[in-house]
Amino acid sequence: MKDLEYYKIERAQQWREELRKNLKAKDRTSLDRCQMVEQDPMQRNTNFSEVNLGISEEIAYNESRRCLDCADPTCIDGCPVNINIPKFIKKIELKDFLGAAAILKETNTLPAVCGRVCPQEKQCENSCFYTVKLAKPPVAIGFLERFAADYERNSGKISIPEVSKSNRLKVASVGSGPAGLAWAADMARIGYDVTVFEALHEIGGVLKYGIPEFRLPNEIIDFEIENLKKMGVKFRPNFIVGKTKHFDDLRNEGFKAFFVGSGAGLPNFMNIPGENSINILSSNEYLTRINLMGAIRNVNSDTPAPNGKVVAVIGGGNTAMDSVRTAKRLGAERAIIVYRRSREEMPARIEEVHHAIEEGIEFLNLHNPIEYIADEKGFVKKMILQKMELGEPDSSGRRKPVPIQGVTETIDVDVVVVAVGVSPNPLVPSVLENLEVTKWGTIVVNENMQSSIEDVFAGGDIVRGGATVILAMGDGRKAAEGMNKYIQEKFAEKK
Amino acid sequence: MNKIISKENLSEKVTKLVIDAPEIAQTRKPGHFVIVRVENNGERIPLTIADSDTHNGTITLIIQEVGVTSAKLIALNQGDSVLDIVGPLGKATNIHKIGTVLCAGGGVGIAPLFPIVKGYKEAGNRVITVLAARNKDLLILENEIRHYSDEVIIMTDDGSYGQKGLVTVGLELVMQREPVAEAIVIGPAIMMKFAALTTKKYNVPTQASLNTIMVDGTGMCGACRVTVGGETKFVCVDGPEFDANLVDFDQMLQRLSAYKDDETVHFHEYQTCKTHK
Ligand SMILES: Cc1cc2nc3c(=O)[nH]c(=O)nc-3n(C[C@H](O)[C@H](O)[C@H](O)COP(=O)(O)OP(=O)(O)OC[C@H]3O[C@@H](n4cnc5c(N)ncnc54)[C@H](O)[C@@H]3O)c2cc1C
Ligand SMILES: Cc1cc2nc3c(=O)[nH]c(=O)nc-3n(C[C@H](O)[C@H](O)[C@H](O)COP(=O)(O)OP(=O)(O)OC[C@H]3O[C@@H](n4cnc5c(N)ncnc54)[C@H](O)[C@@H]3O)c2cc1C
Ligand code: SF4
Ligand code: FES
Repeated sequence: MKDLEYYKIERAQQWREELRKNLKAKDRTSLDRCQMVEQDPMQRNTNFSEVNLGISEEIAYNESRRCLDCADPTCIDGCPVNINIPKFIKKIELKDFLGAAAILKETNTLPAVCGRVCPQEKQCENSCFYTVKLAKPPVAIGFLERFAADYERNSGKISIPEVSKSNRLKVASVGSGPAGLAWAADMARIGYDVTVFEALHEIGGVLKYGIPEFRLPNEIIDFEIENLKKMGVKFRPNFIVGKTKHFDDLRNEGFKAFFVGSGAGLPNFMNIPGENSINILSSNEYLTRINLMGAIRNVNSDTPAPNGKVVAVIGGGNTAMDSVRTAKRLGAERAIIVYRRSREEMPARIEEVHHAIEEGIEFLNLHNPIEYIADEKGFVKKMILQKMELGEPDSSGRRKPVPIQGVTETIDVDVVVVAVGVSPNPLVPSVLENLEVTKWGTIVVNENMQSSIEDVFAGGDIVRGGATVILAMGDGRKAAEGMNKYIQEKFAEKK
Repeated sequence: MNKIISKENLSEKVTKLVIDAPEIAQTRKPGHFVIVRVENNGERIPLTIADSDTHNGTITLIIQEVGVTSAKLIALNQGDSVLDIVGPLGKATNIHKIGTVLCAGGGVGIAPLFPIVKGYKEAGNRVITVLAARNKDLLILENEIRHYSDEVIIMTDDGSYGQKGLVTVGLELVMQREPVAEAIVIGPAIMMKFAALTTKKYNVPTQASLNTIMVDGTGMCGACRVTVGGETKFVCVDGPEFDANLVDFDQMLQRLSAYKDDETVHFHEYQTCKTHK
């Protein structure tokens, strides 16, 4: 929660006062927003290296000068974990880049990740004074966050958070996505004996198997995982809680409480004719084969993946963008987004849509597949698309897409990737009797992220049903606080 | 890392590995499988847990060489390690005491059938098992299966052992003769398809264990999906066993060939590399 008093005291510090005096507000607002340095679109759409190359110290410094260090920093309201944004930006203006990173880490466990994947245009930057009051491009908070975090990582002077004396109490996370990692960092800091269980052979959840390396390189996640290991966190890949061992087995081994961050891993299909044809895959399968298993892009990988001339991706979110841009990079001549609403209504990050257009992705908006046609061997060959138009606004205020009766289009395709959303992973709810879940299968929690079973806490996509990295991390941290309180009380009772 | 404790060749292409995996050995039940990744850059492949030993903390896998990953796995020796094993996965077989149970295994399907035969017998059923193979040399686990069956009927395509003919002949033989409460068939999709048609004639409820392509094995990707009774199911979490008469085997057969060309080339490259070394 935003603690106004605290931000005020911070803002009143002498160094901040001095910086504000250095440059007049008017001069600050006359500066132009910086540009991200990017790989050339036609070069990057053939490789898996990061698209955004980062900004230099000089660019970062200039950008930091745009920030007005407002008395009421509304940007903080837009950030789901309330990062002290002006303070970290002013540290950059001081050229104390490590100091800036330290501020970020007070509230954000993985700033290098968030700087890359947060939808800033809907969050902090959307509520920046520049956006709200000046109708000018906001301070590039996301770029600066990434800059500070990268600077720290590359400096070799990374600060490993101090860990309190061990209290020898065992706690476990089910899942190693951003929710589980953020939870683990906080619990380790308090002094718990922390184990993170992960079903897959790699740690990181969606950050590893879902989001491609051209947006989020694996080395960044691995670096953070190494830091968690240095804080004493134990990782157990290839371990499915509820299968490899049950909650009760782990309780008997002394685990005092669990954090369930098992994500929304169940892919949705549309259940239309022909959808089980060969070369129609969920985005989870497509991205897992290519990102996690290295299919096609790593010549030494034993895992295959379909590679076609025409790849159609159904959906308009980040997952759809990641899939279609992956297909382009693997050599598709046509990589097409098929989405039933208009382009403005696509839920993906604006930057990704923008990058996709630059890379030569085609967009078939207001189209919706209704049937697939396969050849005699079962391979998909054509898809029939229903054309849509925007009708009356629905309850959410968005204009509802409605089919234009009788107007369809048939196009040739070699590969189809279905990215129409995911559902909560049903595994944990299925093995825990008495766990309260909603009709959508998400776990019900109270304000401390505690479920209906007192030693089971939960957060991230398994609670929200599909959200963002930063919300998942915020949940993990809140759950850590709630769990610590629960264990302390329970422990005190016994004494 | 899971260490290989022992290795035994059961036939030219089929190998039995006993692997250290104490946690899985403890919780697994008949019908469960694991996903194995042999080495870095390796593929994740599903394999049935044929047996386990809770005392020694081991599981037994029986692997038929069909492509690169199975070949790499059986090229390992006692003392070597497998990089990743995760499990137990899938739903366990619903084993209960019901009377006479007819089990049918074809080819390498005999391996996943073994724990089920054993389970049914230990639950107090009368177990009749039909084993089918192309020829005598490809028949595996005969003694182990005999140990847990009241009767074993062996069918070979070429008549080199047991009776000559397909698995369906053996099944009919039993069903004509006596009432059967339940049947389970495991083998190549085409064999299961015809076995199911046969048992249907006698109104014997029949389960088939499906060996679709998989990636994660935890319900995350949908690679393993099949149509059962008109609905899409994920074999790794909803199965691997389903009512055999509801499974769309033709679709399953097609889906199994999704990567056939790539895999054939890759396997050829692998074998060429190996012989050149
Ligand atoms: C392709 C893609 C792109 C995305 N892009 C963005 C983006 O740009 N910005 C953004 O903010 N968000 C994005 N998202 C959403 C974001 O990644 C998720 O909201 C976030 O990862 C959720 O985190 P989590 O920790 O709840 O779960 P996950 O990251 O889903 O992690 C859950 C983990 O738990 C494991 N698990 C499940 N059950 C068990 C069990 N029983 N035992 C052990 N382990 C288990 C799973 O294997 C998995 O690794 C994207 C998602 C996808 C799929
Ligand atoms: C639940 C389950 C349990 C299984 N248990 C066993 C077991 O106990 N022992 C065992 O040897 N195998 C078992 N299998 C099959 C095994 O997973 C495959 O043989 C293996 O994935 C092949 O990998 P590969 O890289 O060696 O061959 P690939 O290169 O992947 O395939 C080679 C050829 O085999 C065909 N093929 C691929 N996958 C399968 C499959 N699942 N079934 C049949 N043919 C296939 C392909 O069409 C291809 O032409 C099981 C499968 C499932 C789903
Ligand atoms: S609202 Fe914008 S200008 Fe004001 S403190 Fe936040 S980032 Fe800086
Ligand atoms: S193997 Fe991925 S969902 Fe079954």
